Amino acid sequence: MNAIGASVPRLEDDRLLRGLGRFHDEIVRPGQLWLRVVRSPVAHARIRGIDTAAAAAHPGTVAVLTAADLAGMPPVPVRQPAPGIDFAPYLQSALADGHVRYVGDPVAAVLSEDPYLAEDAAELVALDLEELPVSLDARTGADLHPESLRGAGATVGTVDFAYGDVDAAFAAAAHTVTADLRVGRHSGTPLETRGLVAEWDARAHRMTVWGATKVPYVNRRITAQMLGLAEHQIHMLETDAGGSFGIRGEFYPEDLLVPLLALRTGRPVKWTEDRTEHLVAANHAREQEHRIELAFDAEHRLLGLRGEAWMDTGAYIRTHGAVVAVLTSAMMSGPYRIPACRSRVHIVTTNKTPVGTYRAPGRFQHNFVREHAMDLAADRLGVDPVELRRINLLHGGELPQQRPLHVFGAPMLLDGKDHLDHFDKSRELFGYEAWREEARQARTQGRLVGAGCAVILEKAGLGHDSAVVDIGATGAIRVAMGGANVGQGVETVMAQIVAEEFDVPTESVAVVLSDTDILADGSGTFASRTTVVGGTAVKLAAEQVLAKARRVAAVLLGTGPEQLVVHAGCLAVDGEPERRIAFGRVAAACYTPQFVRTGEEPGLIGRGTYAAGAMTYPYGAHYAQAEVDPGTGAVRLLRYAVSYEIGRAVNPALVHAQILGGTVQGIGGTLLEDFRYDERGLPLATTLDEYRWPRAGDLPDIRVEIFEDAPAPGNPLGVRGAGEGGTAGVGAAVANAVRDALGLTGTVGALPLHPDRVMALIRATDEEEEAI
Amino acid sequence: MTTPVPLELTANGAAHTLAVDPRRSLADVLRRDLRLTGTTVGCETGACGSCTVLVDGEAVRSCLMLAVQADGTAVETVESLAEGAGPDAELGSLQRSFKEHFALQCGFCTPGFLMLTTALLRKEPDADRARITECAAANLCRCTGYEPIVDAVEAAARRGAVALEGA
Repeated sequence: MNAIGASVPRLEDDRLLRGLGRFHDEIVRPGQLWLRVVRSPVAHARIRGIDTAAAAAHPGTVAVLTAADLAGMPPVPVRQPAPGIDFAPYLQSALADGHVRYVGDPVAAVLSEDPYLAEDAAELVALDLEELPVSLDARTGADLHPESLRGAGATVGTVDFAYGDVDAAFAAAAHTVTADLRVGRHSGTPLETRGLVAEWDARAHRMTVWGATKVPYVNRRITAQMLGLAEHQIHMLETDAGGSFGIRGEFYPEDLLVPLLALRTGRPVKWTEDRTEHLVAANHAREQEHRIELAFDAEHRLLGLRGEAWMDTGAYIRTHGAVVAVLTSAMMSGPYRIPACRSRVHIVTTNKTPVGTYRAPGRFQHNFVREHAMDLAADRLGVDPVELRRINLLHGGELPQQRPLHVFGAPMLLDGKDHLDHFDKSRELFGYEAWREEARQARTQGRLVGAGCAVILEKAGLGHDSAVVDIGATGAIRVAMGGANVGQGVETVMAQIVAEEFDVPTESVAVVLSDTDILADGSGTFASRTTVVGGTAVKLAAEQVLAKARRVAAVLLGTGPEQLVVHAGCLAVDGEPERRIAFGRVAAACYTPQFVRTGEEPGLIGRGTYAAGAMTYPYGAHYAQAEVDPGTGAVRLLRYAVSYEIGRAVNPALVHAQILGGTVQGIGGTLLEDFRYDERGLPLATTLDEYRWPRAGDLPDIRVEIFEDAPAPGNPLGVRGAGEGGTAGVGAAVANAVRDALGLTGTVGALPLHPDRVMALIRATDEEEEAI
Repeated sequence: MTTPVPLELTANGAAHTLAVDPRRSLADVLRRDLRLTGTTVGCETGACGSCTVLVDGEAVRSCLMLAVQADGTAVETVESLAEGAGPDAELGSLQRSFKEHFALQCGFCTPGFLMLTTALLRKEPDADRARITECAAANLCRCTGYEPIVDAVEAAARRGAVALEGA
């Protein structure tokens, strides 16, 4: 049995390589209509009127909806409430009612027989808008009470995590360091834009929805509540999905409009977002302004951390609620020994696209803020930045360690083995000291080359998940679980976990994901949790199948269950390999009267549910070597490396792929991607030419090393979750490398490190030197 | 609405006679009229290249080309890359190399990269890693970080097995 731990080829690849992927647009239903959403062209306005007459009269138009047609419909709720924060005034209605609050806010829905005609008709919807003042900055706009919030303030609430007496720690400190840092606005922007198909079956009174990802069961519940249907009347069916990265698959206004229109018209409805819509309508992320203070004793040991941040959450609170703020705040202290910490994040609405959780939410930001402040502190304290980290990293003798905090209701138990050892081992492996020496040598020749590193604490595995495994009389094995395939290879991984139990080839296992008619409850794919939580549920379900198969096979073979061993898809008597029976024959026997009479569920069907008691905390380190062009300010990465403690890799190649791909997304957010707005709140990045992802030629050699030194103690597979560690530390490591390259005495100030920002840093440094 | 315009082309060797609205893109006609849905559309502005197909052997962004502009041409899409016909056809050499190198994750960009690099290796079978990277920089991938894609194309080039002639 060697399926787990092997880099087996992916089950998904064969269909995708042939062009046989079934993405949402490949779902074509008879009589299908197309939805086009009309969106606000201004950032903040009172809606004086919407004239839909011309659109309604356009050829092909079947229906035009505005807020008036949705009277009594509640706004889109949050899926994760936050204690002490009332999100109600900030929730988004499916169609804007009274006011629009950002460019892209849906104001009308046009349903047509043809997608081109739908776009034509949408352009005929006339909006009479009276523009209002815009707020585009969370910090300066925190105390506003805009008319469109009808009495509520721009600040939604404050998330505050603290332990220890942090003010006393600062009072007693030998050294304190303060930094003000900002992170720009960027997001997941998957290559396939969002889309959904819904069909109402008037005969069965049931709705089928294709294309939900991430949290299909939550979306089913919200759809049911908003439409006034029972959950069992809704069947969510997965499709292939062209990436998620946390933002695809949340319940958005369009996720209501599509099934609502299917219900009202009785015809199937398809909606496909175009790219420009996606860049203003799907969740943005990251934009935060931070102040961080660090307190050290005379031996450079951290005594305390104080953090305050203003998070620009955009125009509304979307389904994640306060998750980004919670993860920013609760994990601010990272993998360090910090006796006292207080970190608060103010969630502030502005007139920009609402934000959500994007791969490593909160951690991309706080790792940048904390790790950049550590490099600043190292300079101020006169100590090497690597050494300052070594002094303060938690080591084996201190772990596992309970942080005196609860995150999402669960105790924060740092379950790693040795953060210091990880850092030492990975520096040695990558030869980081040689990178630094190389940078120093280059600088003596007048080049602007620097090296930087960052240590990170990640988190994974949250909530519960369920799975069903069944073996048929033909021997066919199927597993149904509640995850969603958004590109990570979850089908392959689940098949490997099942294949391990029955000693069969991975490709012989069929995987069904988030089919709500087959599996009644599941959680989905987010927070690096699919393998940790869903994979464990799958293992438990497979174990249950095996337990019954043993009992039945023992009777059939005339031996005891404990005498049987699993070998090549059979149960065999230990030491007598010729006395064996295949699982399919055991399954067939399970349907005979002898075994049905036991009162058990017939057949070989196992069900598993796993509820994680707490999150597991993976960890890693990022390293960058960068060169700045003194003429343009362009940053070129020369080398990059990531080490990551995964606990146990079910498929090492796929873990590697997650870390590498995540790192490149992090590089995008650090150097290229930026949702900029003009002074009226008009978005300036509305195509993939203006919103620039990294391309193949932009990247250095990137080394990824996966460590399996510390199996997660909290789950039977020992796995820790791989999705986000590649992204989480990039801003930090690259900012430190650029700071080193430029010889800054202060900070880089903000991400992304666009050439204009870097040129300003170069000029400021030159002026500083001239002043001396 | 406008008057449909006659259009004749071959797609993966099969001849088609159509009448299409002149504003429709080649990508749209391939997907909706010819049911060649392997070609995906990621941006509609030519930035991402996921819709790359071959038109008379040249890599083309099929979202930017009007279908009527393809009149009289031979179009090749990802569906032509398997060796042989039918659902049991073996994956082609470049497809196999992508699988071996874990060069796809969500798979949405994959048909575009396969067609882009098929065109490259037909013209430049000895393309080195730097040239392959330069070519791959024409298209966008949001999942893999590109290195596995370049690895896959380089390995296929070294094997020298990419079909020189299209369908």
